[in-house]
Amino acid sequence: MSIPSDGPTALERFLRGILPENPTLRQVLGICPTLAVTNTMEGAVTMTGAVIFVLTCANVAVSLLRPFLKPHLRILVFTLTIATFVTIADRFLAAFMYDMSKQLGPYIPLIIVNCIIIARCEICASKQSVWTAFCDAIGQGLGFGLALCALASVREILGFGTWFGKWLGWHVIPPGISDRVWAPWTIMVLPPGAFLTLAMLMGAVNWATSRRSSS
Amino acid sequence: MKRLAEAWLVLVLAVVFSSGLALVHAQLQPRIERNKADDTERQIPAMVPGAIRSEAVVVGGQKVYRALDAASVPVGWVLPARGQGFADRIELLIGLDPQVSLITGLYVLEQKETPGLGDNITQSWFRERFKGRPVGPPLRAVKRAPANDQEIQAITGATISSESVVGIINTAVQSFRRALAEQGVR
Repeated sequence: MSIPSDGPTALERFLRGILPENPTLRQVLGICPTLAVTNTMEGAVTMTGAVIFVLTCANVAVSLLRPFLKPHLRILVFTLTIATFVTIADRFLAAFMYDMSKQLGPYIPLIIVNCIIIARCEICASKQSVWTAFCDAIGQGLGFGLALCALASVREILGFGTWFGKWLGWHVIPPGISDRVWAPWTIMVLPPGAFLTLAMLMGAVNWATSRRSSS
Repeated sequence: MKRLAEAWLVLVLAVVFSSGLALVHAQLQPRIERNKADDTERQIPAMVPGAIRSEAVVVGGQKVYRALDAASVPVGWVLPARGQGFADRIELLIGLDPQVSLITGLYVLEQKETPGLGDNITQSWFRERFKGRPVGPPLRAVKRAPANDQEIQAITGATISSESVVGIINTAVQSFRRALAEQGVR
């Protein structure tokens, strides 16, 4: 397979991943972890770290292997590569961040089926140089993290009244405040809260984009 | 044969990656096992009054912990138990007095119950409800204030999780009592 090596530059790839082609808000990929782990900031940050690690390693590995890729075997190679790094991330968390690993449960192993990573291997890493693939992975990873943290901030503050409550113990809403003044919105830390917040956020992003393009 | 030759990259990668994973596993597994054992160990003083440390013993084919005080006198038991919850398996540690007649503590080692509802089984206010309860007749989860020692008030919005915890305790304690009686370990 002759693989063209032109395409966006490394810097373009990096910048596009953060906002213009944000994996969660613009491409609507990786929605399972976006909905599942964003009820606390700790979960969102840990998931982002794991995804950036897997995405970067997989992109670099695939980019290095790209002269040997055969069109009909490429997905197999991507999956094999991604699964390897996901397993490393999962075991690492269980060994060094035991409590976090307990909290995230099955969602770390599920990074294997996160579409963001296989999409980056397909779109960028299998066609471009190692450096471009690396910058692409970091950009897309930061874009994913940005979306996750935006969701988690809204959900954790409204649902628990804290921000980084387990790691830093920051109370946004003073603890022990009367229920009549403010009661935690339990629904925000439950799955419906994720759908509501994501819908609002995506709506806001689309609204801002359409305003900008029309003016 | 041609197909196989074309797939050389996949085969080579499979070997390379699995060797790498084997290496990672060998490096990290002892630490992961230690995390779980530490978690259990840390809970023992809170599970049995007066306990300082514990020793693992096998009763009826199951590993349990005998809680010991500073003078190495047995002051109770810590019984690991597991069973199906609402979402996934729940793993508990049950603290018992030396005669296995009272529950002295409860800890949730692992659970994936609904966040905000079922995961309240890990909260101390729920676990406190089991403290001091006799284990002779089975416990029951009820949806009102408990009327007697066998009744445990369930969590609002998490009836199934509450019932699961009660059920896991009943089963585990009964089989532990039977095993103790058969083996005559005291």
